[in-house]
Amino acid sequence: MSIDRLDRAFARARAEKRAALVLYLTAGDPDLETSRRLVLAAAEAGADIIEIGVPWSDPSADGAAIQAAMSRALVAGGGPKATFALVEAVRRENPDVGLVFFGYANPIFIMGPEAFAKKVAEVGGDGVLCVDWPPDEAVAFRKALAEQRLGFVPLVAPTSLEPRIRLAGEAAGGFIYYVSLNGITGARLVDRQEPARRVEAIRGWTGNKVPIVVGFGVKSAQDAHEVAAFADGVVVGSAAVELVQKAKANGEDPVAALRTFVRALRAAVVR
Amino acid sequence: MPSLDELTAAWEAAKVDPAFGAELGELLRTYVGRPTALTPARRLSAEVGREVGKALNIFLKREDLAHTGAHKINNCIGQLLLARRMGKTRIIAETGAGQHGVATATACALFGLPCVVYMGAVDVERQALNVFRMKLLGAEVRPVHAGTATLKDAMNEALRDWVTNVGDTHYVIGSVAGPHPYPTLVRDLQAVIGREAREQIVAATGKLPDALVACVGGGSNAMGLFAPFRDDASVRFFGAEAAGEGLDAHHAATLTLGRVGILHGACSYVLCDDEGQIMEAHSISAGLDYPGVGPEHSYLKQTGRATYLAVTDKEALEGFQRLARTEGILPALETSHALAALPRVAAQLPDGATIVVSLSGRGDKDMGTIAKAFQVKL
Repeated sequence: MSIDRLDRAFARARAEKRAALVLYLTAGDPDLETSRRLVLAAAEAGADIIEIGVPWSDPSADGAAIQAAMSRALVAGGGPKATFALVEAVRRENPDVGLVFFGYANPIFIMGPEAFAKKVAEVGGDGVLCVDWPPDEAVAFRKALAEQRLGFVPLVAPTSLEPRIRLAGEAAGGFIYYVSLNGITGARLVDRQEPARRVEAIRGWTGNKVPIVVGFGVKSAQDAHEVAAFADGVVVGSAAVELVQKAKANGEDPVAALRTFVRALRAAVVR
Repeated sequence: MPSLDELTAAWEAAKVDPAFGAELGELLRTYVGRPTALTPARRLSAEVGREVGKALNIFLKREDLAHTGAHKINNCIGQLLLARRMGKTRIIAETGAGQHGVATATACALFGLPCVVYMGAVDVERQALNVFRMKLLGAEVRPVHAGTATLKDAMNEALRDWVTNVGDTHYVIGSVAGPHPYPTLVRDLQAVIGREAREQIVAATGKLPDALVACVGGGSNAMGLFAPFRDDASVRFFGAEAAGEGLDAHHAATLTLGRVGILHGACSYVLCDDEGQIMEAHSISAGLDYPGVGPEHSYLKQTGRATYLAVTDKEALEGFQRLARTEGILPALETSHALAALPRVAAQLPDGATIVVSLSGRGDKDMGTIAKAFQVKL
C-alpha cells in the first residue's frame, strides 16, 4: 500500500527494462463518472502511476489544456472532495496502480495538512505533488504525509540550484518530478540533451536514491520513447487531457481513445 | 524559486547601494514629481468633525499629484532600475484597473524596455481608457480570459509568462502581494510615501499624527504610508477595504471576512470557499477587486497593530462626492474608500486628533464608472 506502491511501480519498470509510465488526468473532467472510467482505462492500458489533478480555481503553473480541464471539472462539481471520492472508487477496482494527488496548496491548507494526508491515505492514494508548496515551506505537510506512509513528490526545474535539488532529494517520497523546461504544462520540449544531462546531475546530487520522472512537453509515443532513454519515468499530461477532450468533442468514445493512446505510450517507454 | 532568490539578493544589494539610492531619488524628484504635497483638508475636517462631534485635523498625502496620477509609479520606477541592474531586457506586469499597467508602461517607455501587460478580459472591457493609455505608451496589453478574467487571473498569466521567460524577463508586481520578496520590495519602494508624510506632518503640526488611513486592495499605498511609522506606537493605522455591494453580498473584504490561505505564493488572508477555491471579489473600484491581500497586512491585523474597516460601493461614492465638494479634489474610487472610512476612524480617536489620509490616486480614470453609478449619461 501507499508509498510502497510507487516504489513497486518503479521496480517493476526497471525489471522490465523500461521507464515507468506516469499519466496525468484532471479529476472530474469532463464529469466524475467519465473521469473514473478514464483513470481505470489508463491503468489497465499500462500506466504505472496516475497523477490525479485536484481541480483548483487558480492553476498558475498550468497551460491552456489543463486550465480548461480544471474549469470543466469545477463546473461539473469537481474539487478536493470529489477527487477523494474518485480515488476511492478507482482504488476499489484497481489495487495496483499508483495514484498521486497533483494540485495546489490552498485546498490542502484550508482542509488542514494533517486532515488532507489522512484522507488521501484513507481513500487509497499513494502520494501528493503540490506545485506551489516547496519542500522548505511544507515541513508540517511533509511530516503529515510521512506519518501516513505517503510520498511527498517535489518538483525540480531547469533553473534549480544544487542546494535546492539536494533538499528535494531528502524530502522526496516515491519520486522526484523534473520539469524539463522553463514554462508551464502543455509547452513543447524539443531539446533532449539538456534534460538528459540535468537528470544525471540530479541523480548525483540526490544520491540516486529516488527515481526521477521527467514531464512537461512529452506529447507523443516518440517523445516518450526519447525521454525513457534517460529518465526513470515519463509523464504525459496535457496531451492526454487534450486527446480526451477532442475525442469527446468529435462524438467519439474518450475512454477508448485514451486506452489506445496509453497502450502506444506504454509500448514506447522501453529502452 | 531561483529567480525569486536572485531578486531577493539583488534588492538586498541595491537598497544599501548609495548609487542606486541616488538614481532612484533623482528620478522620483525630476520625473515622478516628488515630494508630493501634504494638503491640510480644512473643510473636510470641519464636515467630518461635525458628523462625529469632534475637532479634527485631516491632512491629505497627495499621491494623486505624482506622475500618472497615482502612487503606483513609485514602485515601477524602482523595479525598473532594479531590473536594469539585474540585466533583464523584458518587462511584464499584471494590472486590474490599469493603473499599475499604465505606471509600468510609463516606466518602460522611460527606460526603453519592451513591456507586456496582462489584464483580465473583463477589466480590459471596463477600463478601456487605461488600455488605450498603455498602448500609447508602447506596451502590449494581453487580455486574459481564464478563470474570472480579472486581476487574480492576470497575475496567474503573468506568473506563467515569467516561469517561461525567466532568463531575460523581470515581473513587476504592482502590490505588496505575491511571493517573497515582492511584499517586502514593493513596501520598501512605496515607503517613500510614509517617509515624506512623516516629515511633512511634523513640520506642519510639530508632532506625529494620531492616525493614518489608507485604502487596501493588495495594500501597497497603505503599506507605503504605514511602514515608516511602524515603531511609533502612538500612531494608529486604519485600512479601508472594499465591502462592495455589502458584506452579505459580493465584496472584496478579504481581511474582514476572509480566511488564512495560500494564493500567488503568499500565505495571507484570502477569499475562498470551504474547498479552498478562490472566490471572485467585487468592488466598484477595480483596484480593490482582489480576493487576496498583502501578507504583511494580515500580520498587522493579527497583531492588532492595524484596524481594517469595510466600506461599501455606496459609501465610497459618498466619500468621493464629499472630497470633491469640500476640497476640490476628485479622488480615485479606491481612495474614496479611505475617505468614506473617516467618520468611523474619527469616532475611535480623541478630540482634536490629527489624521493623515493617503490620497492614493486621482479620479479621472473613474469618471465613466461614477457617471454610470449616478445614472448620468456623458
